[in-house]
Amino acid sequence: MKFGEFGGRYVPEVLIPPLEELEKAYEEVRHDEKFKQELDYYLKNFAGRPTPLYFAKNLTEKVGGARIYLKREDLLHGGAHKINNTIGQALLARYMGKERLIAETGAGQHGVATAIAGALFGMKTEIYMGSEDVERQKTNVFRMNLLGAKVIPVESGSRTLKDAINEALRDWVETFQNTHYLIGSVVGPHPYPTIVRDFQSVIGRETKEQMLKIEGSLPDCIIACVGGGSNAIGIFYPFINDKVRLVGVEAAGKGIESGKHSASINAGEKGVLHGMLSYFLQNEDGQIATTHSIAAGLDYPGVGPEHAYLKESGRVEYTAVTDDQALKAFLELSRTEGILPALESAHALAYAIEISGEMDKDEIVVVNLSGKGDKDLGIVMEGLECSNHPV
Amino acid sequence: MFKPPGLITFITAGDPNIRATLEFMLALDKYVDVIELGIPFSDPMADGRVIQKANYRALKAKTRVKDVFQTVRNFRKSSDTPVVIMTYYNPVYRMGVERFVGDARESGVDGLIVVDLPLEEAGEYLNTCKKHDMKTIFLAAPNTSNYRLKMIDKASSGFIYLISLYGTTGARDKLSDLAFDLLDRAKKICSKPLAVGFGVSKPEHARELISAGADGVVVGSALVEIIERFGEDAVSEIEEKARELKHAMIRD
Repeated sequence: MKFGEFGGRYVPEVLIPPLEELEKAYEEVRHDEKFKQELDYYLKNFAGRPTPLYFAKNLTEKVGGARIYLKREDLLHGGAHKINNTIGQALLARYMGKERLIAETGAGQHGVATAIAGALFGMKTEIYMGSEDVERQKTNVFRMNLLGAKVIPVESGSRTLKDAINEALRDWVETFQNTHYLIGSVVGPHPYPTIVRDFQSVIGRETKEQMLKIEGSLPDCIIACVGGGSNAIGIFYPFINDKVRLVGVEAAGKGIESGKHSASINAGEKGVLHGMLSYFLQNEDGQIATTHSIAAGLDYPGVGPEHAYLKESGRVEYTAVTDDQALKAFLELSRTEGILPALESAHALAYAIEISGEMDKDEIVVVNLSGKGDKDLGIVMEGLECSNHPV
Repeated sequence: MFKPPGLITFITAGDPNIRATLEFMLALDKYVDVIELGIPFSDPMADGRVIQKANYRALKAKTRVKDVFQTVRNFRKSSDTPVVIMTYYNPVYRMGVERFVGDARESGVDGLIVVDLPLEEAGEYLNTCKKHDMKTIFLAAPNTSNYRLKMIDKASSGFIYLISLYGTTGARDKLSDLAFDLLDRAKKICSKPLAVGFGVSKPEHARELISAGADGVVVGSALVEIIERFGEDAVSEIEEKARELKHAMIRD
């Protein structure tokens, strides 16, 4: 129920019964063979699992240190790891007899993945999205519409992801009887952080199996980007008890000292929002800060409670990478390997490139390439114009 | 905290500015049994449009938690009417539960409502409130089980705040049946005073609830809407609204 002191269920009383219902249903399905088989079926035949664990030979040679592997979640249907969770939760929603899905989305990746699951299982789907983000991500809005989902622009607060979560919660308070709130990351009140972690852990389980097959040993280091933290926890979790260095990379935006970032673990304080006790960027009165990252998927003022716990326990290291470093890594991977990574994943990649050069040639680094970069072309184009990385 | 039938009115502190809040409190004081003051928060997820906007106006006016306490202190110079603070948990947690409750009590606050702090997470908070003789008010919703109602009754030392519907705060045309069902259930189970809120905006709502056995009613968005319209000049308008509501509650 809690991760040390983190997590919990800080919600209005009216949400206690639906969360208890969800917890109970999840306990039932997680041990149910039929549910597991159905989930596996869709992950394999619809989403495209298992994803390759690819040895990035060119990048490894260029960096000249540790052997760099990429876990290719970018090759999944929808272009990101998000679908591992949306298929799982949509099946869970169907099991509970819910006929409607709601979700929040920032850049639109989770919204698209939810819309895909909604279309697949014939469920009415409505996506809350900050009006700022609707403006910035028009193609993803259109994509969701094509998939049959309704996108509801959120005009309150900072008009971004955190406000979309507030609005989805307000919807759920009214509609929980027929609606499942499909949260997109390892955030929110219990049991969401656990459910989303479990559905994303397929990434780490596969990675372990593939690594043992290819190299005959576990990797020395695994690196993933952290916004809410679902792709990171997904790849870390099966390695928690192994002797493997785990590194989460947050978005340092224009630099931590500039105040324009979203590095909640590195620069935030403990607090309570969206139903959980975790680290948040906030002022001394507990007002939540507005955040910045070039990667919309990392642009969230908090982080999943299990990450807060893994930080406190010292099991996982958390560092941060700036917009500029992420852009540079984006270009590097595009040129050397012919892969356009999502800007989120480029944060993990930037740190991998930085440390691999100092590692031995027989050491192994795995980067979770959580999504593909096609969605980011406009932002990259803009970013390159005002940075020092000529195309 | 109040003698039935109790009228409890909510306004967001600092909307449109903290000076006006004191004036509004003094105006409401003529008809109201409990004054509920909201601490503005950046992410008011349990609130509907009207109170959300009030929160943003108050934050834009740079309202701080300490300003809210100071306003209660000033109000105490001329009134003994109970004041209850309604807040989200993060401002409490950030300041530290001990300091928040202690400072609030010292300023003259009589009770606290923390919207997103259910019983399971409230251990430290309950102990601290007890220590400072701060009244606690927990909320119950139409889907709250009888078992939880019992627990909520035990944990609430001020009154119990019954939520009339599934949804966020905000004026509605009609009271939902859910409100009366919950009230009936709570009357059988609970020993503390019962106040009904969310969607209660009109004099006839207040009258209906009182005749159905509620000890009090909470009216918020209907007043905040007036403040949204008239700003600082809302004093006489909200006083009139409070008068109407109270009048409807005491009339046979």
